[in-house]
Amino acid sequence: MEMNAKQHKYGMVIDLDKCTGCGACMVACMAENNVPFKKDESDNKRDSITWMRVFKVSNDKPYPEADICYLPRPCMHCEGHDGHSPCVSVCPATATDYSQETGVVSQIYTRCFGCRYCMAACPYHARYFNWWDPVWPEGMEKYLSPNVSPRMRGVVEKCSFCFHRYQLAMEKAHYEGRAELEEQEYQPACVQACPAGAIVFGDLNNPEHRVTRIVEPDPHHHFTGHSKKALRLLEQLGTNPKVYYLTERQWVRKALDQYNFGSQAAAH
Amino acid sequence: MKLDRRSFLSFVIGGAAGTAVTPLPWKLMDDVSIWSQMWPWTPVPADGAYTYVQSTCTLCPGGCGIAVRKVDKRVVKIEGMAGHPVNDGGICPLGLSGPQMLYSPTRVAGPLKRIGKRGEGKWAKISWDEAVAEVAAKLSDLRESGHPEQLAVFNGAGRGTFSALVDRFMTVYGSPNLVRPATFEDAYEMAVYRMHGQQAMVGFDLENANFVISFGSGVIDGWGSPVRMIRAKSLWKDRKVPLVQVEPRLSNTAAKADRWLPIRPGTEAALALGLANVILSEGLFDRNFVDYYTNGFEAWRKMVLDGFTPEKVAGITGVDKDFIVVLARDFAKAGAGVAICGRGRGATPGGLDEAMAVHSLNALVGAINRKGGVWTLPGNEEVNWPEVETDETAANGMQRPRLDGAGSGTFADARSLPNRFFAAQADGKADPVKALLVMEGNPLYTQPGTETVKKALDRLDLLVSFSSLMDETAAYADLILPNHLYLERYEDVAVATGMATTVIGLAQPVVPPQCNTRHAGDVVLALASAIGGPVADAFGWDGFQACLEETLADDWDALTEKGYVVHVAQPSHWSEAFPTASGRFEFAGGYQPVPIEGDKGAFPLVLVPYDSLRLATGPAANTPFMTKTVGDEVLKGKDVFVEVNPQTAGSAGLGEGQAAVLSTPRGQARVRIHLSEGIMPGLVAMPGGLGHTAYDDYLAGKGVNVNALIGPVEDPASGLDAAWGIQAKLAKA
Repeated sequence: MEMNAKQHKYGMVIDLDKCTGCGACMVACMAENNVPFKKDESDNKRDSITWMRVFKVSNDKPYPEADICYLPRPCMHCEGHDGHSPCVSVCPATATDYSQETGVVSQIYTRCFGCRYCMAACPYHARYFNWWDPVWPEGMEKYLSPNVSPRMRGVVEKCSFCFHRYQLAMEKAHYEGRAELEEQEYQPACVQACPAGAIVFGDLNNPEHRVTRIVEPDPHHHFTGHSKKALRLLEQLGTNPKVYYLTERQWVRKALDQYNFGSQAAAH
Repeated sequence: MKLDRRSFLSFVIGGAAGTAVTPLPWKLMDDVSIWSQMWPWTPVPADGAYTYVQSTCTLCPGGCGIAVRKVDKRVVKIEGMAGHPVNDGGICPLGLSGPQMLYSPTRVAGPLKRIGKRGEGKWAKISWDEAVAEVAAKLSDLRESGHPEQLAVFNGAGRGTFSALVDRFMTVYGSPNLVRPATFEDAYEMAVYRMHGQQAMVGFDLENANFVISFGSGVIDGWGSPVRMIRAKSLWKDRKVPLVQVEPRLSNTAAKADRWLPIRPGTEAALALGLANVILSEGLFDRNFVDYYTNGFEAWRKMVLDGFTPEKVAGITGVDKDFIVVLARDFAKAGAGVAICGRGRGATPGGLDEAMAVHSLNALVGAINRKGGVWTLPGNEEVNWPEVETDETAANGMQRPRLDGAGSGTFADARSLPNRFFAAQADGKADPVKALLVMEGNPLYTQPGTETVKKALDRLDLLVSFSSLMDETAAYADLILPNHLYLERYEDVAVATGMATTVIGLAQPVVPPQCNTRHAGDVVLALASAIGGPVADAFGWDGFQACLEETLADDWDALTEKGYVVHVAQPSHWSEAFPTASGRFEFAGGYQPVPIEGDKGAFPLVLVPYDSLRLATGPAANTPFMTKTVGDEVLKGKDVFVEVNPQTAGSAGLGEGQAAVLSTPRGQARVRIHLSEGIMPGLVAMPGGLGHTAYDDYLAGKGVNVNALIGPVEDPASGLDAAWGIQAKLAKA
């Protein structure tokens, strides 16, 4: 594939051996993106809107051989073949689209009419439907950020790689007469917050960026990571996700290979 | 007209078909959906100027730097401060949740006076003048009656200027009853006092260690300064520094450790001494340190060699004896190994024998005041105020023994014993205190044995809370004098906890006060002024801010601009580090485990609390954001899940998700069972941070407060709470 200098492919790599499961990425995401909450978020965890969700994976071995691993799951921003990600292919309203400029899979709330076809198509359960209008406790709407519109009932939402941060950074760059961003200028909220430094984000088309150097995506093999530690979730489905994971633990690799994001056990 | 069956059916079926074919209902439904989506209750956040304010988070003693993002006059987000020596851009879920506290409907809107029964929730709004006058009147009465010691303060604020101000107030007022929550640092610092002969703050130079043994410390579960610890753990991974986690439950720390070593809870000190045994018998200790800078080595060595062979220790702890040998060798040979203790978040002090055993282990490998070791630091050096001049009433009051017994007799080494304070106040045998001011604390929720705390509070004439939010203690108070929230006030964090460098942070007002609140420092000054006489004279400042500016003097400009300053402290060399009688490090201590509460016959299991960064256990409670991150194997609806080994659950006839009654000698609660292979059989693990009764529906009534089921167990050596669990029983609900 020909590489256009203007074509970015933002992606991330998450080091599962560093992730502590602290939950900071989840809260940073909720705070950044005006994600709503209910009085009880435990009744059906699959309906609990969490653009970034940390799953808990167990090795299912008896005491004291038991082990757990945390698995942060943002939207994978699948590229599929030339931008045919599972959700984009099925959306009848063009409410979700693959950007060839950034590699970000967008979600346009005002176009979405809530058919939830994309949710069925997403093997990572990264999409959430607003069954209710969001309600903030009295006074709390004061902290809502103007960068991200709160969503109304009846639409699907998901992780945007904090796209508004890209837009703000680009505005600043253009104002300063630059057409390109520095690596650190555009970083999603979860990456910024992670106390463990477990998430690295950047342009997978830029060989200088840390994420590219860590993952070494192979353009001749569907962008699989060259690095032996790197893996992608449900690689065999051919979704070509742009979120990579690192682990040295064999049992984690094995568990993630067939991980069923829709199962009850995965709903934690 | 007669309606026969045939025409009735034709009518119904025809009607249904007609309705289905006509687009009208579908069109109407669509219109209603779209129309109701436009209703104005989906907020449209106002845009404005974007600014950042550099400040410090005071929600825990960690001292992280924060960059608070504002849009016009609103706080919209809190981020970690990049380049800050504690957290360098990282931030924890609680720190991120600040805006949900700032704009919470559970904030106390202004000074309140109780008009119903205690805890009934009936309040009258009063003015600040009335509030201050009311407290001052009671305080003046106590002083005039010659019993200033009947005033007590529970102060959960850190080591900053505010706490120094409270100390000064209590001294000049004349009450020794200043109580602070105790943590593992109290036990460790007492161990250091006994062995170094010096009251000092303890710092751990963990970033430079090359082998770490954690005796149950939640390294990545909130111990010390949480974000700094998680950063240290990532650093260890990059540098291949091994972490060995000793605890009976597969915590996040245990899962991330290079080796998880399940141990019978409460026997950690024996393991530390077992490791020391191997190091001694194989001659792997730091000879330079031991030969030239220590005292009492031979006696201690004999005690360890005779009593703590790997075989014996394996018998006590359940840890494999061969592994004890291997671990001891690896630790000693690493060169910069360090051991830490304080279970979970370290909120319970733990036994003094344990702190001393762990510190001895550190001493044995020379890990004292050296790179990658345990450092003794001077603590807050910013406060250099002139001595107070006290009157006779105050001098007499200060002579009287503290209600908790700290600082005299058996507990001469102790500075504050909150567990003993509430127990003594509750049983009423000693002269109880009459008034209690609670600052930056919520003892009715956070202290183990909440029933005892409640009884203690019931014996007060006056309970005053300074809380910004309606927490359990505030809800039970007679008067609430709400403090500004940390995003609305100046406050210094004198030393970020557990760090080996002295980091001083400043919290500054990011937004003007959102409610009719007042800085607790200003209220203390106002109280002093209202009491008058020498109490008023001890404070020359116009307000707390003036006091703070003067105290921080040279650092003030740097603090307001950058949010922090670093004072690089060089720990003293071994030749000067130990002001004991011998001038050397004193080896001491043994294994004196404190028995667990409860009868093993009636309560065959053991309940242990556990900590998680997704659940705030301290005075700052969980926010809706944080509760949302809690897994449904921990909390479902109103039910908390306890972790139980399948073997243990099986013998009680309990399965996954089943409801059960968990009882302990302190109380009982409805829980649900979560089967886990990550916990030692015989134990029941319950998360801290749930079971609030105050606040709002986003938090109240969810789960059980583990502090209601566990009580403190006094360590006879220190007076501190050494409880690590309590006997318990599980039965089908």
